[in-house]
Amino acid sequence: MGLEFAFWIMAVVMVGAALAVLYLRNVFHAALALVLCFIAVAGIYVTLSADFLAAVQILVYVGAISVLIILGVMMTREVQKGNPVNKMRLPAAIVAVVLLGILVYVVTSTPWGISAQDPLTPTTMPLATKLFSENGFILPVEIGAVLLLAAILGAIVIIREKKK
Amino acid sequence: MSIGLTHYLVLSAVLFCIGLYGALTRRNAVIILMCIELMLNAVNISLIAFSSYIVPQLLTGQVFAIFVMVVAAAEIAVGLAVVLAIFRHFSGIDTNDINLMKW
Repeated sequence: MGLEFAFWIMAVVMVGAALAVLYLRNVFHAALALVLCFIAVAGIYVTLSADFLAAVQILVYVGAISVLIILGVMMTREVQKGNPVNKMRLPAAIVAVVLLGILVYVVTSTPWGISAQDPLTPTTMPLATKLFSENGFILPVEIGAVLLLAAILGAIVIIREKKK
Repeated sequence: MSIGLTHYLVLSAVLFCIGLYGALTRRNAVIILMCIELMLNAVNISLIAFSSYIVPQLLTGQVFAIFVMVVAAAEIAVGLAVVLAIFRHFSGIDTNDINLMKW
């Protein structure tokens, strides 16, 4: 009962905040709505008993990515211009609604093989074993580190002022 | 009616489509980046829902969600760098003005 309550609250907050990202006039307010949406997603992770990922969601998305986005909003000084739409509004709405319909139809009509077992909690230690063990995901973890390094270097190169 | 896998997947689909609509229609490049983050979050929700309903003891979906977060962090860093470079070049980030490569 409590879980259902938490799910519906998080779902309503999440969808409302996502719509606010689209429809708020002020770009800075849209960034704040995005933060609210990330927090609601972390709540959804908690209801799915993914405790470690909920913490990572708060740390990475609410902590780091939202700060980057707010920095981008400040640096580009487009706050007062609002949140205009282009002329692809109707086709994009049709694409989004059709995709939503297809996804909902597929999800509701597929017989999922739901397991009877309870999910593993707490997840931190099993996740670490999975990520770092010999026959686990250690190679993707190292590739992820290289990818982050490349992204940092690429961002610095792109953003650097050209010396004249 | 208790909460099942379908609820989470439909929620994820709704969030993905909101993000898709925003990424296709907005003209502010920072808003487009925000909508891409929304779509990545939607995918993460569905991965974790699959993980905890289909293979509750294996956590494979959660591992995938961690890698999606790594790629999302890299994407937002490079994306914002590109947006700031565009802002410097065009003195604006309205995507209607960025038509150098338009045929």
